[in-house]
Amino acid sequence: MNWVLENLPLIGERTLQHLATAVPPVVISFLLAVPIGWLANRFRRVRGTVLTVCGLLYSIPSLPLFVALPALIGTGLTDPSGVIIALTLYGIALMVRVTADGLSSVDLHVTQAANAVGFSEWSRFWRVDLPLAGPVLLSGIRVVSVSTVSLTTVGAVLGVKSLGLFFTDGIQRNIAAEIFTGIVGTVLIALVLDLLLVLIGRVLMPWLPSVSQHATRTTVRSRVAAA
Amino acid sequence: MNFIVDAIRWILDPMHFPGPNGIATRISEHLLISFFVVLIASGIAIPLGYVIGHTGRGKSIAVLATGGIRALPTLGLLSIIALSIGIGLTAPFIALVVLAIPSILAGAYSGFEAVDRRTVDAARAVGMTEAQIIRRVELPLGLPLLIGGLRAASLQVIATATLADYLGGGGLGHYIFAGQQTQDYPQMLGGSLLVIFLAVISEVSFGILQRLVVPAGVRSPSVTSRRTETARTDLGRVEVGRTESSETITAAGSPQTKGTT
Amino acid sequence: MIEFRSVTKRFGDGTVAIEDFSLVVPSRRTTVLVGSSGSGKTTLLRMINRMIDPTSGGIEIDGEDTSTLEPVKLRRRIGYVMQNSGLLPHLKVIDNIATVPILNGVKRALAREQALELLDTVGLDRSLAERYPNQLSGGQQQRVGVARGLAADPNILLMDEPFGAVDPIVRDELQRELIRLQRELGKTVVFVTHDIDEAFLLGDQVVILETGGRVAQVGSPSEIMQSPANEFVASFIGTERGKRALSIRRTARGRVLVDGAGRTAGVLVDEPATTGHDVDSAANSGADSVAQVTVAQDLGADATTGAVLDAAAGPSNEPSGLLAAEPIVR
Repeated sequence: MNWVLENLPLIGERTLQHLATAVPPVVISFLLAVPIGWLANRFRRVRGTVLTVCGLLYSIPSLPLFVALPALIGTGLTDPSGVIIALTLYGIALMVRVTADGLSSVDLHVTQAANAVGFSEWSRFWRVDLPLAGPVLLSGIRVVSVSTVSLTTVGAVLGVKSLGLFFTDGIQRNIAAEIFTGIVGTVLIALVLDLLLVLIGRVLMPWLPSVSQHATRTTVRSRVAAA
Repeated sequence: MNFIVDAIRWILDPMHFPGPNGIATRISEHLLISFFVVLIASGIAIPLGYVIGHTGRGKSIAVLATGGIRALPTLGLLSIIALSIGIGLTAPFIALVVLAIPSILAGAYSGFEAVDRRTVDAARAVGMTEAQIIRRVELPLGLPLLIGGLRAASLQVIATATLADYLGGGGLGHYIFAGQQTQDYPQMLGGSLLVIFLAVISEVSFGILQRLVVPAGVRSPSVTSRRTETARTDLGRVEVGRTESSETITAAGSPQTKGTT
Repeated sequence: MIEFRSVTKRFGDGTVAIEDFSLVVPSRRTTVLVGSSGSGKTTLLRMINRMIDPTSGGIEIDGEDTSTLEPVKLRRRIGYVMQNSGLLPHLKVIDNIATVPILNGVKRALAREQALELLDTVGLDRSLAERYPNQLSGGQQQRVGVARGLAADPNILLMDEPFGAVDPIVRDELQRELIRLQRELGKTVVFVTHDIDEAFLLGDQVVILETGGRVAQVGSPSEIMQSPANEFVASFIGTERGKRALSIRRTARGRVLVDGAGRTAGVLVDEPATTGHDVDSAANSGADSVAQVTVAQDLGADATTGAVLDAAAGPSNEPSGLLAAEPIVR
């Protein structure tokens, strides 16, 4: 506890650095993955290829990717942009699959009914398919958010600043409290972001009973497994 | 791009292949660690998962554990264990087992759970013993999901084993950390590419295995719509919403905690 | 013979599914348990092969108390057919049928040979043997389910709404097959359904159940239709205003019978139709296409209030409806 009190400013600084690295990938991957997922669902021919690429992308271990990306984009190893891009790629890989599945799980009767009453494809996407796939998308982005926050710490072994530096520093200086602070801080950030996403979901999808979100979330976990 | 070429040249340099710090040694270290971790984790998680899946008891705890692990930073777990028991192979080994258990557990119990309860009921009604139900019905029908769990666990372990050398445990991570100290970027990148290579190989071979173990009768329907459904089962995923038991299925709830590292 | 002796079943949550139920199921006959959901009919069926054990009371099979028998062994000598066929999806049709004999230790080759013969018995082509269940239609799956139920040559066959999930045409077909099979094999069949027509068609003995497994009436279809025990039975079987509430209407060519919904159900002839006892031709003509209706002979002079037999009546001369007391004449 003493260690925490003595280092409050540092903890604040690391938390902000952590958020600066973890939040952009969550947002960017969502924005990019939804259209790709829609394409994958809409055009069955590309679906298999897109999903396979996403699966392989997701299977690339994070530390090697953190090492390799700077070579491709020409930044320094300790520059957070490499980590941000890598985490964005993971987020996209997962969300594309979730989006494609979420859209394809929309009841065929509903989409046919929507076509029958005269929705254009564009308006149907915004007003029927997207809202109905909403719960699945939400649970997908929650998974992305939690694992992104956790993965951000790995960058610390390369010197990228985040709460993960408490792990590397703690082990070198043999301070257990420091490591614990890092763990608790990371889990707290994950929890807070998760709560935030749930709240956003409530606001955007007021028709959902709060109970069913649990059900969809567990289903998405299963989707994640396949990613 | 030059870096990549340098890295590949580094990997292909015959000088780097043999010896105690050679690529051959490091790869086999990496694979051995991963293999034994998955083996031990399976020894714990599969029986446990089958008990949960067959009896339906303790599921909520399993779900909670598999979900919770995702939020836990791997590097933190590794560090705290290393701090309490010392630098070396043991700490990362224990941490890796802990990380691998949830995926396998989820694969095992969801494999059991995904088997239609009516099928199990029918098997019991015609006079199968509980052991026969497990062996002849639940095991073959749940195998794809179990393999899915092993697949997720293996990937995660191969990935995270890279951190083992950060705590003095050896493996391919050695090149990353040694290269980092000597500013030898080609070596870091070469080590990274090798880990990526192992991960992809593991992923692809488990993917093939998973397809192979889908029982013929479950795989065979001719209708296209059914084929997509089977594909879902292959991957251990289940239709949302349409399944009444969408909650129970949690299918390979395999929290593929993204392979840390 | 199966005998239920004051069977009561309480589930863990305190609900009483069955209260003090007693019944004798005669051998080599078809007994149908019929009731709405919540009547406990499936619970009763599943108690026979100890899929469910009663809380109190007991069940005897040929004088042997089932609670003294090992459940697994008991189940292997009782055939069981269920609504969704309950076939194992990862086994071929032939292996599904051979499951129980193989469990019983019959050599695989022999069991498969017998399974092929059973395909003939249930009217399926042998070429289906190598298919998987999900490559069959619903009706075919049910036939395979029946074949599996018969595979160990059990004396008792339990059937839990086996035709509930197939379409009406296939159901008719399967019902007729079952009648034919039962005539050939003479098993002790206990059949559960919520469909009273199915119960009257298939049952030698019909047991009408109210909530909680209370027996509203037990008897042959004729007995039940001729003298419903109470209002519940009368309304359940539809002799009050349904399709079994028949009235006479005069037409230019004679008298016809009209059901409760005003649909003409058949023509009244005074003499029993010649085909009245010919089961095969009746089965071929289809039980629903009642063309001739004959006033039951055993009702004597009081023809206007008697039960009505149709030409398709089975061996038991099962009535097709009840004639209203006052013929409506227009």
